[in-house]
Amino acid sequence: MSNEHGTSVKTYLIIGATLLVLTVATTLIAFVNLGPFNPVVALTIATIKALLVILFFMHVKGASEKLTGVVVASGFFFLAILLTLSLSDYLTRSWW
Amino acid sequence: MASIGIPANQAPKLNYLNNGHSLKSWLLTTDHKRIALLYLISVTVFFFLGGFFAMLIRLELLTPQGDLMQADTYNKVFTMHGMIMVFFFLIPVVPAVLGNFLVPLMIGAKDLAFPRINLLSWYLYITGGMIFLHCMLTGGVDTGWTFYTPFSTDYTNTKIVEAGLAIFLAGFSSIFTGLNFIVTIHRMRAPGLTWDRLPLFIWANYATSLVMILGTPVIAITIVLVAVERLFHLGIFDPRLGGDPLLFQHLFWFYSHPAVYIMILPSMGVISELIACFARKRVFGYKFVALSSVAIAVFGFLVWAHHMFVAGISLYAAMIFSFLSFSVGVPSAVKVFNWTATLYKGSISYATPMLYAFGFIGLFTIGGLTGLMLATIGIDVHVTDTYFVVAHFHYVMVGGVLMGYLGGLHFWWPKMTGRMYPEAWAKLSALLVFVGFNLTFFPQFILGYVGMPRRYWQYPPEFQALNVLSTAGASILAVGYLLPMIYFVWSLRYGAIADANPWAAAGLEWKTTSPPPTFNFDETPVVTWEAYNYDEIPHKERRAPVAG
Amino acid sequence: MQDSQATTSQATVQVTTAEHEAHNPALVHQFADAEQQKNAASLGMWLFLVTEIMFFGGMFCAYLIYRLKYFNAFAAGSQSLAIKWGAINTAVLIVSSVTVVLAIYAIRFGRKKLTVAFLVVTVLLGFVFLGIKSIEYTDKFREHHVPGANFHFTENFDDNGKQIPVNPNEVQLFFSLYFAMTGMHALHMIIGISLMSTLAVLTWRGHYSAEYYTPLENAGLYWHLVDIIWIYLFPLLYLISRHT
Repeated sequence: MSNEHGTSVKTYLIIGATLLVLTVATTLIAFVNLGPFNPVVALTIATIKALLVILFFMHVKGASEKLTGVVVASGFFFLAILLTLSLSDYLTRSWW
Repeated sequence: MASIGIPANQAPKLNYLNNGHSLKSWLLTTDHKRIALLYLISVTVFFFLGGFFAMLIRLELLTPQGDLMQADTYNKVFTMHGMIMVFFFLIPVVPAVLGNFLVPLMIGAKDLAFPRINLLSWYLYITGGMIFLHCMLTGGVDTGWTFYTPFSTDYTNTKIVEAGLAIFLAGFSSIFTGLNFIVTIHRMRAPGLTWDRLPLFIWANYATSLVMILGTPVIAITIVLVAVERLFHLGIFDPRLGGDPLLFQHLFWFYSHPAVYIMILPSMGVISELIACFARKRVFGYKFVALSSVAIAVFGFLVWAHHMFVAGISLYAAMIFSFLSFSVGVPSAVKVFNWTATLYKGSISYATPMLYAFGFIGLFTIGGLTGLMLATIGIDVHVTDTYFVVAHFHYVMVGGVLMGYLGGLHFWWPKMTGRMYPEAWAKLSALLVFVGFNLTFFPQFILGYVGMPRRYWQYPPEFQALNVLSTAGASILAVGYLLPMIYFVWSLRYGAIADANPWAAAGLEWKTTSPPPTFNFDETPVVTWEAYNYDEIPHKERRAPVAG
Repeated sequence: MQDSQATTSQATVQVTTAEHEAHNPALVHQFADAEQQKNAASLGMWLFLVTEIMFFGGMFCAYLIYRLKYFNAFAAGSQSLAIKWGAINTAVLIVSSVTVVLAIYAIRFGRKKLTVAFLVVTVLLGFVFLGIKSIEYTDKFREHHVPGANFHFTENFDDNGKQIPVNPNEVQLFFSLYFAMTGMHALHMIIGISLMSTLAVLTWRGHYSAEYYTPLENAGLYWHLVDIIWIYLFPLLYLISRHT
């Protein structure tokens, strides 16, 4: 399941720097009024950061098997089911 | 394909049972077969404890008045019955007893992937069980096994946090078992044992393990949130702060509905094995049955709010969940049709395991169909929180899960212990279980439909006749469960010695001795045949079980 | 899928020591070879991480639902959090994830001392994170923003200069979730710190090498997941409606 070819130190440092830049970015953008898009942008940046950690630091990119990616994706998929189907109740209540 | 020709009277060689006799060699074992037996003993204890509370319920309901106990006590009694049966019996029983024993054997492995985690699973279960017993003995819980808020977080003064901790630990036991099975099945299959050659019992346990991994953590966090709210008044479910009690129900049922698939899927796996063996045929539509297990596991996560139709969810959500609940019946029906098709033109014999399999198919079908009735919003509004629901879930849990477990226990008893159970007594018990079960629970469908609510300790006098029938049935059922306790124990000393394959069954577990050696196989098998290759086993090799 | 090609035959149930010596001393009997064992351990760890995603997921579900309904109250609560501490903590965890991958990089080349060094830095960064959280928690305690009998919230939601009053009960829901989610996260940090400290000691003592470092890899996966959870907690809790 692990990345036998090995990501280089340079790659790790670049990803790390990218993550820090994205952190600064999301913090600064929060002070800009984007209306309803503020949470969208914030969560998009968070997801990009999470993907960078998963793909490069957790070695899912270049993993010897597709199974690793399937396992990770299924975790988030079933969480999405919990969130979406619960929302199907809350967003359609006329009294809520 | 012939069974290993070990004569029945040969002195037993070193096997997993006699490889070490000290208490330490059992309590610190990492052998999956010994751990399965540890679980067997513990779940049986909890089963009879849960049964004791069931007996109290049925005794109280003999008469319309609440005369045996106070209402508050009755609340505790049905709560204890439910919590013990759900969390400490039904969820672990088939995976932890039969699954633990058989999964490595069926795939030709020496043990599970993580034997020490397997032992940890059992200790988590035991610790949770002990805490629960302590909770029970010092006052118990009265919220119903569903511990809905705000009663559980605010108004009850019973031991919610302690019970929650016990269930939390049992949940982690479940998670680790599931984790172990998934890794084992992915990584440790014998050479040649491809996914499409796996026994359906393995597919069933694999699907079950997916549910354990994905669902159990959600009830874990729900218990934590309830405990935190109760102890520190962080009012996430408190309506006075703007919290929503239905949020609890969403989180609770997100696990607890898939939990019922944790219960039934492994049992369905057992039935596939039994039907194939006792009809001497490949299971019809192997791929469909295998994939239907995975489909049930996945679809089972989409239906939870059918437990909440009258709780206050929106009508649109109710319609969505109703529709999704209909769809989850499809893969279950696929299994029932395929088992039936397997029987067609099979050579059917009626050993005890097969009797339980037949019972399962009939009773699970009734349970499943009434489940579809409950998924219909219009009917559910009428029968929710009545004995109709109670009857439905007992048909699937007892008529389904428990019958499958008993069938499997009888089938693999010779493999596990090297002894045969007495067939005549076993057949009698199966009959008593079937008759007793139907007499107990069928009247409850009627009671529920005409309006008797569940969890009530008194009822209008016109319901008494059906309640008396139900209690009478329960006493027959109890005898049906006690007899195997007696004859299984008897068989350990006096039962006929079983050889490696008394049923001439297909499957790798039958290719090693009964009982197996500690590391299962003297040589790792190499598999070159399809599952259930009964057409390659000559009929004359189908022997009746050794009479005992 | 992996197929084990085991050919070792066992004459009796007792595996002889000679067979053991032929393999990596860390190989356990149920596996055919070291690669199968490593892949099994890795898959096991990933499955455990999935349970952690679902475990925290329940709280994310509660958060999502209440934020939609009580947006103003949640925004007011969020505005009272110290954004600088949240951002610094996010950076701390990101750097700690880098030190974790570098620790594993080092052990793959057998550089044990370097591995230990990176693990120690990781642990220190973990303590920095917890230290900052304790500063934040203390501040919240002093401001009476801890839910319970002493909860007292008087600020408004500052919406682009417009002061919107909010229901303190609903703000209390925000803080209940804030403490539940960051508290559970902190508990996982403590577990991660304990794991990394133990592994640092074991590495120092020579338990791991370029041939066998599976526990380090798997502990690293755990640490990264705890980082990912914070990556989501930061914008959700700290960055609601900061534009004033």
